[in-house]
Amino acid sequence: MWRFIVSRLLQAIPVLLVVITVTFFLIRMAPGGPFDSEKAVIPEVKTALEAQYRLNLTLFEQYTAYLGDLSHGDLGPSFKYPGRSVNELIAAGFPVTAELALYALLVALVIGGVAGVVASLKPNTAQDYIPMSVAMIGICMPSLLLGPILILVFGVYLDWLPVSGWGDSPGDKILPAITLGAAYAAYIARLSRAGMLEVMSQDYIRTARAKGLPEWQVVSRHALRGGMIPVVAFLGPAFAGLLSGSFVVETIFQIPGLGRFYVQAAFNRDYTMILGSTVFLATLIVVFNLLSDILAAWMNPRLRNQLRAQ
Amino acid sequence: MTAPAMNSIAQTEQGTSLWRDAWLRLRRNRLAVLGLTVLLLFIVIAAATPWIAPYDYAQQDLELGATPPSAAHWLGTDIFGRDLLTQIMFGGRISLAVGFIATAVALLIGVTWGAIAGYMGGRVDAVMMRLVDIIYALPFMIFIVLLMVVFGRNMLLLFLAIGAVEWLTMARIMRSQVQSLRQQEFVEAAISLGLPTAAIIRRYLIPNALGPIIVYTTLTIPSVMLLEAFLSFLGLGVQPPETSWGLLISYGAESMEEYPWLLLFPGLALTLTLFSLNFLGDGLRDALDVRGAKD
Amino acid sequence: MRFGVLKFLCLVLTCLALLACSGRESNVVQGNRDGILHFGNGAEPQGLDPHVVTGIPESLIINALFEGLTVKNPHTLESEPGVAQRWDISDDGLTITFHLNPKAKWSNGDPMNAEDYVWSWRRALNPAMGNQYGYMLYPLKNAEEFATGKIKDFSDVGVKAIDEHTLQVQLNTPTPYFIQLMDHHSTFALHRPTIEKHGKATDRFTPWTRVENIVSNGAFRLKDWQLNRRLSVEKSDTYWDRDRVQLNGIVFYPTENIASEERMFRVEQLHYTQTIPLEKIPVYRAMKDSPYANAPYLGTYYYLLNINEPPLDDVRVRQALSMALDRERLNNTVLHKSNVPAYTITPPGTLGYQPPKVFGHNIEAARELLAEAGYPDGKGWPGLELTYNTSESHLKIAVALQQMWKDALNIDITLTNQEWKVYLDSVDQMDFQMARRGWIGDYVDPNNFLDLFLCGGGNNSTGFCDPDYDDMIQHQAPQAKSREERYAIFHQAETRLMEQMPIIPIYTYTSNHLIHPSVRGLPPNLMDYVNFRYIWLDKNQEVAE
Repeated sequence: MWRFIVSRLLQAIPVLLVVITVTFFLIRMAPGGPFDSEKAVIPEVKTALEAQYRLNLTLFEQYTAYLGDLSHGDLGPSFKYPGRSVNELIAAGFPVTAELALYALLVALVIGGVAGVVASLKPNTAQDYIPMSVAMIGICMPSLLLGPILILVFGVYLDWLPVSGWGDSPGDKILPAITLGAAYAAYIARLSRAGMLEVMSQDYIRTARAKGLPEWQVVSRHALRGGMIPVVAFLGPAFAGLLSGSFVVETIFQIPGLGRFYVQAAFNRDYTMILGSTVFLATLIVVFNLLSDILAAWMNPRLRNQLRAQ
Repeated sequence: MTAPAMNSIAQTEQGTSLWRDAWLRLRRNRLAVLGLTVLLLFIVIAAATPWIAPYDYAQQDLELGATPPSAAHWLGTDIFGRDLLTQIMFGGRISLAVGFIATAVALLIGVTWGAIAGYMGGRVDAVMMRLVDIIYALPFMIFIVLLMVVFGRNMLLLFLAIGAVEWLTMARIMRSQVQSLRQQEFVEAAISLGLPTAAIIRRYLIPNALGPIIVYTTLTIPSVMLLEAFLSFLGLGVQPPETSWGLLISYGAESMEEYPWLLLFPGLALTLTLFSLNFLGDGLRDALDVRGAKD
Repeated sequence: MRFGVLKFLCLVLTCLALLACSGRESNVVQGNRDGILHFGNGAEPQGLDPHVVTGIPESLIINALFEGLTVKNPHTLESEPGVAQRWDISDDGLTITFHLNPKAKWSNGDPMNAEDYVWSWRRALNPAMGNQYGYMLYPLKNAEEFATGKIKDFSDVGVKAIDEHTLQVQLNTPTPYFIQLMDHHSTFALHRPTIEKHGKATDRFTPWTRVENIVSNGAFRLKDWQLNRRLSVEKSDTYWDRDRVQLNGIVFYPTENIASEERMFRVEQLHYTQTIPLEKIPVYRAMKDSPYANAPYLGTYYYLLNINEPPLDDVRVRQALSMALDRERLNNTVLHKSNVPAYTITPPGTLGYQPPKVFGHNIEAARELLAEAGYPDGKGWPGLELTYNTSESHLKIAVALQQMWKDALNIDITLTNQEWKVYLDSVDQMDFQMARRGWIGDYVDPNNFLDLFLCGGGNNSTGFCDPDYDDMIQHQAPQAKSREERYAIFHQAETRLMEQMPIIPIYTYTSNHLIHPSVRGLPPNLMDYVNFRYIWLDKNQEVAE
């Protein structure tokens, strides 16, 4: 088991290095420096600014200096917010994004899981088609459409829920969580349905039924465990996707999360912030993928034994 | 028997029964048929747009401004007084084009990559798939945003950027298909007969791996269209004066309280297309009895 | 199983309904009771160092936290005593003596002192500081030389502390608007010990503006700052004029999304919005007792023309482009009559100055000019690119004008939008043919607009260069004996400018805000200047619209 984990961790390092390097050089190629503004900057001022932010070094020198800072966990100062470090900005924005992603994941699991399991119990009937079509809405209505529509219906016409902010008024976390989670609900619905269908056709299920267990026990005690493995394997990538894809939802609902910081940073050419957020998110994604792989492997008795044997 | 004869027998046997069977199964799936019909309808409309659009694309009527659906403008007008139906038709051309072309790019790269890796095996395979893993681990949206921000926007870059992101899973699918096919006897026979690798890949492996490829392609197109919509929403995708459904939706969302039709109709167009593609893809997957394709 | 699902759904719906019915007290009601103003501020502030920041959201907060030698009266825009309780101007206009109010204190109790100003202006002008507004102090003798590194000794710059409460200033030439500059944040004094405690004086990174460190001298004090969520200030008990201040605190919200800001206003989460979405203007106008406040704003929205690039190098082409536009129509339709069409760079009525009207909307004349220039009815037109920075409103205007040019002159204009930074680079580098621009006045005087077009002016960006024009602006006008004479010179200069048409003025800005009826003391004014000391909240005006 440990060898598995360690080897995966080691594999992650080159990935991260590639991410850092590519991002670093990509940003520097962008036209538009971070200090332009409507009033022309006099040359002396510009030189002073560039010196303070190390922009007067060669690209390679900047790169190595950055890697050096990175090894201490220092992501550097933000260009756009003088006096704030990137670490600080991430620390301000990330908990919000993580909370949003968590709620969205919950929504996705509950709605998707229920829909998929219910559908798998009576395949190719109305009980199958209806939940799956509803779940399909998640995939076919992108958050940039679903968000505004939910705002329109629940926020404006019905005036039931707040439409912006996070934690400012009760219930303002509901619509964003649903909007973000909808697409993943659909995927989880499909995965759980497929997983359940596969499991339900297995021999040990037939045995359980033959033993005279009520159907709901058959499903919940025996089938669910195996049927949900694909869902569990998907959790890692799902959470990763939620984290990195939350910025559309954050923009629509004006949520002060990392995604919005990131988009602003990209438009402002806030080099260090872009780099820092990318590194941070990439690391998280790698970690989550690893965790979910481990979890999935553990849930699968065959794989578990294999790993134990290592 | 000679190789060509063997070849044609193998093809004839598999060709007729597999594809006809699949088609028959597909026809029975009503949702899939519905999806196919709607899709074809949209494609025909998009192709014929320059001739059948009711108004000129750029024709403004500033004094009219935004109006709800009426006899003169079936879907209403936008704030410049431009006909919304016309906008949606022209936008559809772009959205569908991006969808198909970018997917084609992804297809080309992914299939070739996966076929080579799966066939060669060993070190070549390991290196190629390691590369796929690395790129797969990168946070996509972030990179695309970065790419578009850095290089400015033009349509070609958009296609390439999206295609570059979507080919990975295609490569994985193709590779696993090829790996299982490679064990089969007819391939072994072809190899022992001394056929060149490229020919084997082209004539035996790809056609037989087509099932999952088709399914996955049909499911990639909606993903690509969504990606384009997201980018346009952020202001990084299609640029005015061109328009796309993603752009129309993002404009519509701005003023959706005063002019809800500007959001709803383009949204409907996009959603219907995505539903159709997904139903069709699902239907194809069931029809071709493909298992193990990524959800 | 199915039944369970149904029960679950009912539970969810019930919860939603309950939430809806939970009466939450709005910010406005609570704020009116407690004396807290909830202020929509646009973007998240970059920082709070007056010598570093450049944007409006930052300046609003800084104006609450700090105070300059003078402040502006929001009704008349006249300069009033701030830290300086009075000032004397010498007969030749070159020396100004400020007498500081002995009661002026820093928020930690330290008394203010003229040396604070000498030290602070040195910091503001220090090239190492990277202060992009350093030029506001250039009227001072040798200030520009110090800022550009030509001299190193600050004692040669025309500012001295005569004693603790007397500050004397030497100017290069008589500058009637100099007093006004003293309420701009780049001329504010800062607390030296605080800044030096957290780093070098010219370090831009330091945490001296953090809540726990900051020391300021204004009517309010920084209380709390949650990034991207809100920034709160509370009334200062060391401010010299605190008896006049009626608000107990202000909360600034970063409201970038204007549709969202308007919704926040509607549900009474905000007293005041920075702006209003265009399509909402007719809706609010139609209301009785509308909270919509629309007033002239000292700024011009225009298109820059790169006169070195064909086809714009022919003055007839430039004139044709300008005359072919129906600005009234644009304003009446797309802009919902919220602005004022402009035909000059200087907004009409700037401190009583009326700019000349050199041309108007005239399609026939435009067509003739274009034909004369070699493009009859648009034949042979090589195309023209309009560059603008990404924004919904710039796009809307550009699309409408693009069509007007097509209809009137039969020429094609292509639109290119660029990110803010890229756009600024393009403008700086003159890498454009036609580019959108806006200029907001820093002080109320026509000079602020006319000196844009001096030869080689940093914000000129058109290639326009006329030595006679420069002479009029830089030498003749400052020597004028009376305001009439000065304005006559400006009038002449601007006529010369507009005859050459290096820009296409589009409209004069107006400020657009939604202001809750309970807010008093926030009159619309030309600089869109908000003086928080004058504001109070009237509990009796809480009627929701």
